[in-house]
Amino acid sequence: MGEDAAVRALDLTRAFGAFLAVDHLNFEIPAGTVWGFLGPNGAGKSTTIRMLCGILSPTEGRAEVLGYDVARDHERIKARIGYMSQRFSLNDDLTVAENLAFYAGVYGLSGVEARDRAGEWIARAGLRGRERLLAGALSGGWKQRLALGCAVLHRPRMVFLDEPTSGVDPVSRREFWELIGTFAEDGVTVMVTTHYMDEAEHCDTLAFIFSGRIIAMGAPAEIKRREMLGELLEIVTPRYAEALEVLAALPEVREAALFGRAIHVTVANSQVALPTLREALAGRGVTVDRIAPVPPSLEDVFVSLVERRGGSAGPFPSPGDRP
Amino acid sequence: MNFGRLRSVIRKEFIQLVRDRRTLITIITLPIMQLILYGYLSNDVTHIATAVFDESRTPESRTLLNAFVNTTYVDLRYYTTSFDSVRRLIDGGDAKIGIWIPPDYAPRLRSGRTAQVEVIVDASEPTSARTVLGLASEIGQILSTHLLIQQAGRLTGAHPVVLPVDIRARAWYNPTLENVNFLVPGVIAIVLVFVTTFQAVTVIVRERERGTMEQLVVTPITGLELILGKVIPLIVLGYVQITLTLLLASVWFHVPIKGSLVLLYVLLLTFFFSTLGVGAMISTVSKNFQQAAQMSQLILLPSILLSGFVFPRESLPPALQIVGAVFPLTYFIVIIRGILIKGIGLEFLWHQILPMVAIGVAVFAVAINRFQKRID
Repeated sequence: MGEDAAVRALDLTRAFGAFLAVDHLNFEIPAGTVWGFLGPNGAGKSTTIRMLCGILSPTEGRAEVLGYDVARDHERIKARIGYMSQRFSLNDDLTVAENLAFYAGVYGLSGVEARDRAGEWIARAGLRGRERLLAGALSGGWKQRLALGCAVLHRPRMVFLDEPTSGVDPVSRREFWELIGTFAEDGVTVMVTTHYMDEAEHCDTLAFIFSGRIIAMGAPAEIKRREMLGELLEIVTPRYAEALEVLAALPEVREAALFGRAIHVTVANSQVALPTLREALAGRGVTVDRIAPVPPSLEDVFVSLVERRGGSAGPFPSPGDRP
Repeated sequence: MNFGRLRSVIRKEFIQLVRDRRTLITIITLPIMQLILYGYLSNDVTHIATAVFDESRTPESRTLLNAFVNTTYVDLRYYTTSFDSVRRLIDGGDAKIGIWIPPDYAPRLRSGRTAQVEVIVDASEPTSARTVLGLASEIGQILSTHLLIQQAGRLTGAHPVVLPVDIRARAWYNPTLENVNFLVPGVIAIVLVFVTTFQAVTVIVRERERGTMEQLVVTPITGLELILGKVIPLIVLGYVQITLTLLLASVWFHVPIKGSLVLLYVLLLTFFFSTLGVGAMISTVSKNFQQAAQMSQLILLPSILLSGFVFPRESLPPALQIVGAVFPLTYFIVIIRGILIKGIGLEFLWHQILPMVAIGVAVFAVAINRFQKRID
């Protein structure tokens, strides 16, 4: 085990009655990296983060955050981490500056420090000019950046972000990830959950969680290389339901899934399979607008991983979609 | 306990309190409204509509009726010519009192025989009925004594007759026996207990319902810091409230402030400590705002009845006296009445302090213990 791991989980498990929300997770997050935690809703992402933040006890196994045990030293952990959730639990009846000042005080910053850092964050997050606005009057993107500021004003070494970008427009999401990038430059470790696959590409390491278990882990490129068994063909057709049925029945096709408005099909060799697929579709009278090999995205990998386990990947918003 | 963290919670709560105008206005107007309502409702029973059937029509019967009028409790509004009309007036609610003086009233008096007078009281509202009944027999006694002295004087000649026993009843502290003096301090206490308890419940439950608690549980703040930080601004609010209501009570209703206001304000601290603690406890043991509001009423309503605000505690069955002893209001009513009306000092009030502090410590202990920074 590396000495410089910010988080270590050893068989970390949480049961709710007979239901295993988190099932023997083993992972390490190297200090100063951005660690992405992916998976559909209810897969166990939030439960894991809550255990690591010390507000939920593991029922089995253990975990350390910044060298402290989550079951024993949770209050020490809380003083040293930053946490922000999808709901951006700000005080809506306080202004931007008041919210920052409040959390600065809660994390024990002195008056001068609190003012300096709040000013710094306001500049860094582009909130200048909005200091006196009530938090409740801010739009989603601004609220999100303010919430992040409240969680990191005390300069934690470790930041947990639980779906920080859900419900925020694409431009704000991109700017938010730029902010996260600056943390890593400062040596801060970030654990972030998301179900936007395009965002996951920004992470140093990714872990896919499904039904409480980690089913793949590694750098984004590495995961794509390792977990994508075969090559990918993209088919665009107006009669996608029928096409999907035809394709899924072909022996050459390992997996066929809807991907936005197209169908993605996994085959062993795209050059060999292409004529067969075209023929089969034409045989059923399905007109095809486009059929071509495409590089796999993380979403393809995830769909493939989940389907191999006999599950459904659940509702994944396409990049750019808003839930 | 970290004072920096406590200070930031206090500051935040003050801002939120001031910014929530609607609640603030309610909190300020509520005591004023209550005081005005109780102040006027508690006006003592005077000038009660009375129907008279005077069959005697003599100087003697007029003397008797004047004695009633002089008490100011009675207003001779209807002079009737039959007992039936008196009955009708009382049945219809136009009169609350009926006085029937029989035709032989004066002759009997003159001849030294007992003269009967009938006074009928509508006792469906017992408080004023009791007053009138007492009044009627008192008037009878005084008139009789008067007449006896005159007769005795005539019999003995020159020597003035002296009453053998003269009981001089003195109503201390509230010599004019005004209800308002008794009620207003109680009303102030009740308004304070309501506002402090409900506000404590509101500010703590609100944090949960708005989802901001979820953020706070992952910070190093402790339950003690958060709860204290939330109730300290409410102590200030309580002081503003009592100052306003005391001003109104003394300027408008002329309720006397006989004792030391400094002592009252110091002792208020123990009262606030205990009532805010009760609010904190309620909010930490209930799951949502509705549950907390119901539980508050469940505790506050009996506390009013058992505190001695309306019914003297001595008249309660022993079991209810014991139940009443768990409410801070019970002790504070003694303190506020004692200081405002009786003007007594700490030497008579100190034994009210300890129970309130004990209640406060107990409920805060429950609240802080129940306040979980974990979600499982």
